[in-house]
Amino acid sequence: MFDFGKWTSAFNSLLLGTGMPDWAAVLIECVIIAVLVLATYTVLALFYILYERKLCAWFQCRLGPMRVGKWGLLQVFADMFKILIKELICLKGTDRFLFKLAPYIVITSSVTMLACLPWGNGLQIIDWNIGIFFILAVSSVGVLGILLAGWASNNKYTLIGAMRSGAQMISYELSLGISLMTICVFAGTMNISELVAEQESAWFLFRGHIPAIIAFIIYVIAATAETNRGPFDLPEAEHELTAGYHTEYSGIHFGFFYLAEYLNLFIVSGIATLMFLGGWMPLHIPGWEAFNHVMDFIPSVVWFLAKAFFISFVIIWFKWTFPRVRIDQMLAFEWKYLMPFSLVNLILMAVFVALGWHF
Amino acid sequence: MSDIKEIIGKICPEATFEDGECLLVSVPEKKWYPLAKSLKENKDLDFDVLSAVVGMDWKETIGVVYYFTSTSHNWGMLAVKVEAESRDDAYIHSVSDLWKVANFQEREVYDMFGIKFVNHPDMRRFFLRNDWVGHPLRKDYDANPELNPIRLEDEINEDDSRVFVENAEGKIVEEPRKVFEKDEYVVNIGPQHPSTHGVMRFRASLDGEIVKKVDVVSGYIHRGIEKLTEGMTYPQILHFTDRMDYMSAHQNRHCLCMCIEKALGLEIPKRAQVIRTMMDELMRISSHLLSFGCTAMDLGATTAFFYGFREREMVLDIFEKTCGARMSMNYNVIGGVIADLHPDFVKDVKHLIEIMPERLKEYHKVFSGNLIAKNRLKGVGMLSKEDAVNYAITGPSGRGSNWSCDCRKKHPYAAYGEVEFDEILLDGCDSYSRYMVRMKEIEQSCRILEQLVDRIPEGEIRAQVPKIVKLPAGRWYQQVEASRGTFGVYIESTGEKTPYRVHFQSPCFNLVGVMDLTCSGYMIADLITIGAALDFVIPDIDR
Repeated sequence: MFDFGKWTSAFNSLLLGTGMPDWAAVLIECVIIAVLVLATYTVLALFYILYERKLCAWFQCRLGPMRVGKWGLLQVFADMFKILIKELICLKGTDRFLFKLAPYIVITSSVTMLACLPWGNGLQIIDWNIGIFFILAVSSVGVLGILLAGWASNNKYTLIGAMRSGAQMISYELSLGISLMTICVFAGTMNISELVAEQESAWFLFRGHIPAIIAFIIYVIAATAETNRGPFDLPEAEHELTAGYHTEYSGIHFGFFYLAEYLNLFIVSGIATLMFLGGWMPLHIPGWEAFNHVMDFIPSVVWFLAKAFFISFVIIWFKWTFPRVRIDQMLAFEWKYLMPFSLVNLILMAVFVALGWHF
Repeated sequence: MSDIKEIIGKICPEATFEDGECLLVSVPEKKWYPLAKSLKENKDLDFDVLSAVVGMDWKETIGVVYYFTSTSHNWGMLAVKVEAESRDDAYIHSVSDLWKVANFQEREVYDMFGIKFVNHPDMRRFFLRNDWVGHPLRKDYDANPELNPIRLEDEINEDDSRVFVENAEGKIVEEPRKVFEKDEYVVNIGPQHPSTHGVMRFRASLDGEIVKKVDVVSGYIHRGIEKLTEGMTYPQILHFTDRMDYMSAHQNRHCLCMCIEKALGLEIPKRAQVIRTMMDELMRISSHLLSFGCTAMDLGATTAFFYGFREREMVLDIFEKTCGARMSMNYNVIGGVIADLHPDFVKDVKHLIEIMPERLKEYHKVFSGNLIAKNRLKGVGMLSKEDAVNYAITGPSGRGSNWSCDCRKKHPYAAYGEVEFDEILLDGCDSYSRYMVRMKEIEQSCRILEQLVDRIPEGEIRAQVPKIVKLPAGRWYQQVEASRGTFGVYIESTGEKTPYRVHFQSPCFNLVGVMDLTCSGYMIADLITIGAALDFVIPDIDR
């Protein structure tokens, strides 16, 4: 596989070759990476908005956006431009500082998670020994922004939305964490690049068989809830709370929530890809050398994105098929079924690993 | 009939009787409440349904005409006329403790006529603002716009209510009441809200996510149709019915036409009867499909919504070809229908009947069979049969509580007597039953259409109607089964070419009356699904 690490180290030595001190080189690299991450974030968000709109239109026997540009391709750019030029309204009685702070907390947590994903062979920004743990920790910060948004808006709908969101996120984070932990037990590492490297012979979903498959299903359900998407979109349940916690936001402040929601969809899909479907690793089947060789010709970035888009497709499919659950049903589902199941599954995985019942 | 006269004569010797299409009993106000009690409780009378409460202003006196139905005595009807003792300070005893449906009905009468109901638990206006001057349906109402300018400020004292009670000396005194206490967490839902199905407003008091009480605030789309009709000729008032429950436009207009035809003694040609029946059933299919879509959407299943609309489009296309419009069809006229069927009608209807069973299966696959949908709808919004009767919840919602109340079976009209169909009854008493009744009624409507589509008789589509329609003096009440329940029209005429009083008894008005009963104790998310399963249409409530 082509190693993108060659490019980055070449660029690093180029900078150092000019005779600048180490710190200056790192600073320049950090700025470039930050710009690249933000650009990727925006482009992906735009892609996801169009992706979901087209998919949902397809499910609903419609065409979706068709007027702006060929097949409505420019529609999202028009929408984004519109949202950028809209006025930021801060209503009377809101806590102005927290009200304005909240969207930034949400978007920051989302961007930081994006930076942790293994984009390709050698294309990794933050890579350390607690990688997956760090992602989970950062993702929990997002809920703080949602709670703040709901509380600072001084509106009954937003408050109910924020409270639902708090209850939901904290509950489902448990199953999410436990299902990821199951895979960490199997892999024996939390380091993201090592996790990917471990899956060179075959993806964890296939290697870990039964407990890995159960963990995958639990993960996809919990991730759907974590991203506030249907059937778990209670915090912004349109038909009950108009727009939930972000009812009072306008302009790009609303846009931040909106973008973060779409990007979180990509991020949870990316984590699923990393933990279960081999990250950027191509599909390798032990023993099929020729097949594996052919698969290696497809660039690693394409592998990663394609897998992530596929998982997103499944989650979008949920949303446009299922009705919404009620808050008590949702919490009962988590605490009575999902979490006990994932705990049992964790033990099952430990037993499998101890006895070596895996590939 | 004489039986009833005898029994009532014994209970209330002052009562006078007037024969008409149904017996009219006039009682003095003082004797009204005891008589009402025996009307409900005496097993020989057993009038358990209060079908209509019509406020009346007879110029010299002011009062109310009540229409009762007895489900146990072959759906026989009885009218009771009660006049208040004084015109300006009018009091009538409330019967809202006997028939709960009277609660909102009497509030409407108070709003429009200024008659105060003694012992009514919540004597506020229903449609108009608290600061409205005058009572519009009174004949001495001053419509000067300076009295009631367009008010732009918020309504104050929204929580203030009152009751009128008789004190020990027999004098009627006013006592203040509060709708919500000061420390209650009241969430306002509407009038602008994605799932109130129009400009409806609820105020729900919450305990966490659980609804404790729902206060219905209506009147945001009130157009004063009943007042407008008093200045129009009979052919002119027809178009209003299409604009009340626009999902039952044909049935509503059918009802008004039937009421006028009954008064004129017109014989309607067979062809017109069959066409009207078919249109009513097509309308019912379209309405139930919309209801399916909206229920799905209110539960967050937006895709199912589009599936419902896909088939509804076909029904609307049929309407468009024959009536020239997709909504507000204005198709029924006095004496028949306005235009003959489009040549494609039979073909289109056959196509619709053919595809519907397949599509219904698809709906059940996508939505009703879904575990989440079942969990959300089953056991939610319980309404017992007794409550359904007491609140006069007719239509699919009443039949979901196992109350057999289909007007098409009880008083067959048009071509309903000649076709075979089942009245769908389910005993779940919850939102799911109401929803399933609708889905099954679509099948039954298809069955009716199937029987009629090849048997549309040739002949006239309209009876000969005098150029100027003048109804003889008298009063008429006519009911049909609209998409959402029993729709009633009351006409009182003095022999002029304009009606003296027209009252529309709409099914949705009663449906919204059970919101408090059905939502209390459930979650805020259930309030939306209960509303969706009751399926009220706001312009039908407000009129």
